[in-house]
Amino acid sequence: MEEPSGIPKFVFSRESLKKKFRLSEFLSEKIITGVAFLSITIIILIFFFVFKESIPIFQSKKKEIAKVETVQKQEQYGTDSTVATNASGQEQYGVEPAGRTNASGQEQYGVTENDSLMTENQPLAEDTVVHGSDEATAKSLLGTQWLPVSDNPRYGLIPLFVGTLKITLIAMLFAAPIAILAALFSAAFAPYWLREIIKPAIELLAGFPSVVIGFFALMVMASFFQNIFGYDGRLNAFVGGVAMALAAIPIIFTITEDALTAVPRTYTEASLALGATRWQTALFVTLPAATPGIFAAILLGIGRVFGETMIALMATGNAAMIGINPFESVRTLAATIGAEMAEVVFGDTHYNVLFLIGSLLFIFTFSLNALAEFYVKGKLVKRFQGKQS
Amino acid sequence: MSKRKSITGGFFIGITAFSAFLILAVIIILLAVIIHGGKGTFSWEFLTAFPEDGMMKGGIFPAIFGTVFLVLIMSVAAVPFGTITAIYLTEYAHEKSILAQTIRFAVRTLATVPSIIFGLFGLGFFIKFVGGGMDNFFLGGELKWGQPNILWASLTMALLTLPVVIVSVEEAIRTVPRELREASLALGATKWETIKRIVIPGSRSGIMTGTILAVSRGAGEVAPILFTGAAYYLATLPTSLSDQFMNLGYHIYIMATQSANVDQTLPIQFATTMVLLLLTFTLNLAAVIIRSRLRRKAK
Repeated sequence: MEEPSGIPKFVFSRESLKKKFRLSEFLSEKIITGVAFLSITIIILIFFFVFKESIPIFQSKKKEIAKVETVQKQEQYGTDSTVATNASGQEQYGVEPAGRTNASGQEQYGVTENDSLMTENQPLAEDTVVHGSDEATAKSLLGTQWLPVSDNPRYGLIPLFVGTLKITLIAMLFAAPIAILAALFSAAFAPYWLREIIKPAIELLAGFPSVVIGFFALMVMASFFQNIFGYDGRLNAFVGGVAMALAAIPIIFTITEDALTAVPRTYTEASLALGATRWQTALFVTLPAATPGIFAAILLGIGRVFGETMIALMATGNAAMIGINPFESVRTLAATIGAEMAEVVFGDTHYNVLFLIGSLLFIFTFSLNALAEFYVKGKLVKRFQGKQS
Repeated sequence: MSKRKSITGGFFIGITAFSAFLILAVIIILLAVIIHGGKGTFSWEFLTAFPEDGMMKGGIFPAIFGTVFLVLIMSVAAVPFGTITAIYLTEYAHEKSILAQTIRFAVRTLATVPSIIFGLFGLGFFIKFVGGGMDNFFLGGELKWGQPNILWASLTMALLTLPVVIVSVEEAIRTVPRELREASLALGATKWETIKRIVIPGSRSGIMTGTILAVSRGAGEVAPILFTGAAYYLATLPTSLSDQFMNLGYHIYIMATQSANVDQTLPIQFATTMVLLLLTFTLNLAAVIIRSRLRRKAK
């Protein structure tokens, strides 16, 4: 048979079938893998940089102590060489940011050294003064007053925590039942066409900017609720909480809906076959089976409310008060950062405290997310797969 | 079935239906109130004019311009990186590998970090660390990049919207049929060629949805830009990356809480809110429609 012309003859050999090294292939794979690491890098960077800016609160005192100890070192130098090396080691320790966790241990060390070695040492007095101011700042953080711009600034985080918890509680009291029941309606009872309206509509609510919800709460809801309840302050935890519920509902709804529709059909069919009605099946079979997912939904909703800034800034009144009255003004952690960060001096204690609040917020939401992720979702998957197989 | 049970059942279904309709009603009321309050002031001039009389009158053009500028730079940063991460997760990584799971966890964490934290990060990392470092290195300490500007605000926003892009693109890539990939590989194309010629074109609508959702999110978020570049009032438009900018959401916040006379500017506030709401609403609606088509195709 004649070879068709025009097509080059290709002979496969051991050599030609070997996988060739292609530079473009190699580079593209490496670049793509590198970029994929970006998300992990960002998380680490966020943690590092937000935390880094809050370190000076703890560190500034250490520098002073280090100074004191330097003086000490100079005086002692020559008399006792081991003490001198100790002191210089401490000095370096104080400057290095990584060692801050052992601060108290280090201070103690300095004090005992003072006691045992020289009683007539001048810096001792200075040292105790520094210790006094240390305790003052530490106590101030746990205090009940948030007065960052007074003559004697106090950075008590307690009222901010109380305010945030209060508003989270109010928001979840509204958002959780409404969103879960609506999700149950959408998953179990609504006809197809209605579901196709409800789900996109709630997706659209998720897309509403929080500043718009905040504006709505500030201008419309505040007056509306004031007319109903007749309280004094227009802006308070209740208004803010209800507005935050609007932001949390789409999250809770979507995740709950997913969890409910993920319940295997065999569950509902078995229940219906045993003679249960549709609502009995929904309430006693589908809902309990999806509990871990609903729990995850609520956790993520809490995370959203906890860190929400714009609604809190606009609708809560922003007065740092401690109390259980829901119609009192509150100031949340996130709103404090948002309101005060633009006006602080870079590197000031106030600035560092705001970053400390940021670190706390980040750690809290990170833990909530991790909890929802590993514990709850793992449990949900196991439950369905374990029973099915 | 006893009568009592059917009454309980009706009551129960009624409550769930009530909850669902309550949410729908709130959405409609919110839209209606904002549009009702804003439509009187809304006009072509309002969109294209500068604010006048200390923002008591006039339009919101600089705020619109600043918002568009912001989301443009943000998309340029977020969309390629998001798409590539999604490609890695679907095409290169093994589903069960520790690395892939860590990346997924990081993406989901990134999506739940409060937006104000991104603002703090932008301040600590972009402005103080990167910007300050650039100033010291290139300009010998002269202050240019080490202060809030539109570049840092956009990059901060890009971090916030990265997960949005990743999730959308990943979903779209999964709808590209296996057979197409296998056919391409069987014809002798390499993995990268297959991705370039088959996977990316096949998931174009997903990249589109991701971009739209990211833009909508970036246009509406205020907390990350509070102290990374947004300005209260500027007489000129931002022309370079080191300029500050005005922003729709920030404009609403400032006008509603810190302006000299809140009541007098109320119509402007409502109209600005209406513009922002309609902007994000339209973008989200487009994304919802594209995505529902995509999902139907996947089935």
